[in-house]
Amino acid sequence: MSILSESQAKAILDKVIAFSTADSTIATLGGGIQGNVRFARNDISTAGVVDDIELGVQVAFGKRVGTASINQFDDASLERVVRRAEDLAKLAPENPEFVAPVGQQTYRPTETFSAATAALTAEARAKIAEASILPCRERGLIAAGFLEDGHTFFAHANSNGNFGYQQSTIADYTCTVRTEDGRGSGWVGTNVQNIETFDAAKDVQIAMRKAAASVDAQALEPGKYTVILEPAAAAGLISFMMNFFDARAADEGRSFLSKQGGGHKIGEQIMGPRGNIYTGPWPPPCPAPPWGGDGLPREKTAIIEGGKVANLEYSRYWAQKQGKPEKAGWGNVIMEGGSKSTADLIAGTERGILLTRTWYIRMVDPQTVLLTGLTRDGTFYIENGQLKYPIKNFRFNESPVIMLNNIEELGRAVRVKADEGGSMLLPPMKIRDFTFTSLSDAV
Amino acid sequence: MDRRDFLALSTFFTGAALSPSIFGKAIAASQLQDQIDIAVKKTLADAALSAATGAGASYCDVRVGRYLRQFVITRERNVQNIVNTESTGTGVRVIADGAWGFAATNDMTPEAVANAARQATAMAKANARIQSAPVKLAATPGVGEVSWRTPIKKNAMEVPIADKVDLLMSVNDAALSAGANFVNSLLFLVNEQKYFASTDGSYIDQDVHRIWAPFTVTAVDTTTGKFRSREGLSAPMGLGYEYMDGRAEDKFVLSNGLTTYGMSYDMKEDAVAAARDAQAKLKAPSVKPGKYDLVLDPNHLGLTIHESVGHPLELDRVLGYEANYAGTSFATLDKRDAAFKYGSEIVNLFADKTQVGSLGAVAYDDEGVKCKRWDLVKDGILVDYQTIRDQAHIVGKDASDGCCYADSWSSVQFQRMANVSLAPGKTKMSPADMIAGVENGIYIAGRGSFSIDQQRYNAQFGGTVFYEIKNGKLGPMIEDVAYQMRTPEFWGACSAICDESDYRMFGSFFDGKGQPSQVSAVSHGSSTTRFDGINVINTARSLG
Repeated sequence: MSILSESQAKAILDKVIAFSTADSTIATLGGGIQGNVRFARNDISTAGVVDDIELGVQVAFGKRVGTASINQFDDASLERVVRRAEDLAKLAPENPEFVAPVGQQTYRPTETFSAATAALTAEARAKIAEASILPCRERGLIAAGFLEDGHTFFAHANSNGNFGYQQSTIADYTCTVRTEDGRGSGWVGTNVQNIETFDAAKDVQIAMRKAAASVDAQALEPGKYTVILEPAAAAGLISFMMNFFDARAADEGRSFLSKQGGGHKIGEQIMGPRGNIYTGPWPPPCPAPPWGGDGLPREKTAIIEGGKVANLEYSRYWAQKQGKPEKAGWGNVIMEGGSKSTADLIAGTERGILLTRTWYIRMVDPQTVLLTGLTRDGTFYIENGQLKYPIKNFRFNESPVIMLNNIEELGRAVRVKADEGGSMLLPPMKIRDFTFTSLSDAV
Repeated sequence: MDRRDFLALSTFFTGAALSPSIFGKAIAASQLQDQIDIAVKKTLADAALSAATGAGASYCDVRVGRYLRQFVITRERNVQNIVNTESTGTGVRVIADGAWGFAATNDMTPEAVANAARQATAMAKANARIQSAPVKLAATPGVGEVSWRTPIKKNAMEVPIADKVDLLMSVNDAALSAGANFVNSLLFLVNEQKYFASTDGSYIDQDVHRIWAPFTVTAVDTTTGKFRSREGLSAPMGLGYEYMDGRAEDKFVLSNGLTTYGMSYDMKEDAVAAARDAQAKLKAPSVKPGKYDLVLDPNHLGLTIHESVGHPLELDRVLGYEANYAGTSFATLDKRDAAFKYGSEIVNLFADKTQVGSLGAVAYDDEGVKCKRWDLVKDGILVDYQTIRDQAHIVGKDASDGCCYADSWSSVQFQRMANVSLAPGKTKMSPADMIAGVENGIYIAGRGSFSIDQQRYNAQFGGTVFYEIKNGKLGPMIEDVAYQMRTPEFWGACSAICDESDYRMFGSFFDGKGQPSQVSAVSHGSSTTRFDGINVINTARSLG
């Protein structure tokens, strides 16, 4: 029941639109099956499957808006949810920022679906957990990890004749391996659309190696160091920064992208010339749905080009108010890199620190996007191109904006899970003068 | 997790708001006062219990849930959205062949719920293949058919929307008139209608209410390009709409006029103060880094308690169940056995799932265990942890502490933090008395940036407002303050705690933990407290 075909979804949405007496109506239909298995202490600790589907209806009378939703799909229920949204709209005060639904759009589909991931069973998930746990048991190590997979569909339609439908799959695996005495810890994470491209038995070896190698960590003085951030370690900082590319906040003077004296920083150099970031729904391996939440078709859009701000994200309301073209909300973040692997970057580093994972990243000062957080699960000192010894974890206080001004080298970009969910394409990064402010005793 | 979830929430409020979301389906206001017939819930529960045991489960619990939320969202002079949401469904958890399995469905028919029970049982059996030891549950008595409701005085869901809109519009107007350039305000109301049944013979019906009224005021100086925000000083609470009454007896006022709040909140008064504070922050001097004696208001200290005491004393973290995500804990079992010195002798920290007005208050947890109060740190010594049924035996307990919670019918229940609080000082002391004894210090109120490592040693905290303390007197506002700490040394530096007349609760609405990630709401009480010689850093940077 949870995955409706395009024709089934369209039939329901068409009925909903037909029931509405409002000036405008938007209806969405989404659902799917989410499965997971969690393990810790070398045993499976929980596993689950959730089956859900939901219809949402937003109607407007003038600028009065109401929303409602339901999970029953007979005709009486469909009409009831429309009337419910209409009742709420009549209670609401006018919202001067309300924007009517988009007209009919043309979407170029994106490759977000994998049949293999959609076919995952509880048995298969248990086997992935087993492939992670058994080698650790054999080596006297302790595994804790999680696999979550989802097969979802999403469809939308509005009273202006617009319609879209797409299915997606995702699987996200993470595993932390610790030594029995708790003195060493290593981590690995993989985010894929197609589960066939993932091999738990191979991945867990990375976490096992890092766990064993991180025992007897030495303390370095906090300060500024050259660091190599693995893509997953960089993701927390970069995805946090990407939350603050909103054009309205910049224009209102309350963003790091606000210009002194008023206005925004589009066209200004805010990072080093190696900084190139864009969004686009098509490129593998991290495609996004072909439309934004506003129903507009997504397109490739430069965000940072050669270190200069190329574009900010405009809501439809703010674009209209500022006389800008209306564009879809961004669906993913892609940062271009080079051709080298993380190992290549390490080999080319005289002295530095390798960061496997960053943790508990929070905003300290939005004026400069100063973030604080910690390293964990595999932090190593690099000397003459080799991992020399494990070091104790650090707290950092660093702005990703300053960090991207200090790029020494970028490696080959890979798909990683973004901090807020979803996927990003990020390279490993060699950064100079990364600021560590204190030591952590945590392993 | 709080801030990040709040960002996601903001998107929900102001965007198209139509994607299926964690906040459930929207419903008409009139339906917020409904309850599912208890006979229907019992029928569904019995269908699941019967199907699970019939399929070979040795234990089963069922949670039939109806989760209601209402949001009123504004910015400046506009109401951006009014949303009523409902999420209804059933989650079934079983033990079969010694392993756990869980399945959930939004189809509220006995057939669908029974099918979920069989699916959960099959999953448990698949998981049992490599299980090294069977799950062992601490016994808990079946309590038959019982019910409980948060002791609210005014059900917020019954207050007319027009009254809520009027309140927020008056708050925004007051802030803008007092010098704010921007203001976002929000009412966030929660009602969890939870029905629990288990093969132990319990049928527990609970009606839980919570309220939160946050705002953010921002001041901008376009000439310098500087902007500063000041959050409201309210706390989310386990109360009804009476929290918005702003009673005089619930106000705590410092000598410089800074007002914080206890069991009720004057949102408009706080918004006016926030607008003035945001303007003052634009011109406030930057802190000189170094060692300071910190005087921490309860509305700030609550988050420090949450991160450095509440989380490390969760037994699942101590044992390694959260090693892959939230982390483990420095407070290992050997430390408890060795009477580890967690803090100074005046530090008494307790867990309490029954505290009136707290976010975590319920009569029974989500695996049917009766809730209680117990000590975690006594006279500075680590004495206990927070447990659930399948962990109690590991620490030699014969009963769970009642700390199991799921944020939805569709989420599996697991260990979550109780309300963890710092007991008030035993001798009479007001914040003014405390400040009078400080030579070189900083007073901090409200929550700010917060971050702690995965074993809960190294933490860094900001705040909402900071005032210099010199020679026993509160001085001017300062900015760019964050303190860094190592947990045992920080609590060891606790030198004074105000008495119980100053006691109030901080709250966290979105405490994140687990995989898949779940949120939980929890309160932390304390009186104003002093910590000596804490390292303060300056957080100002330049982007060039």
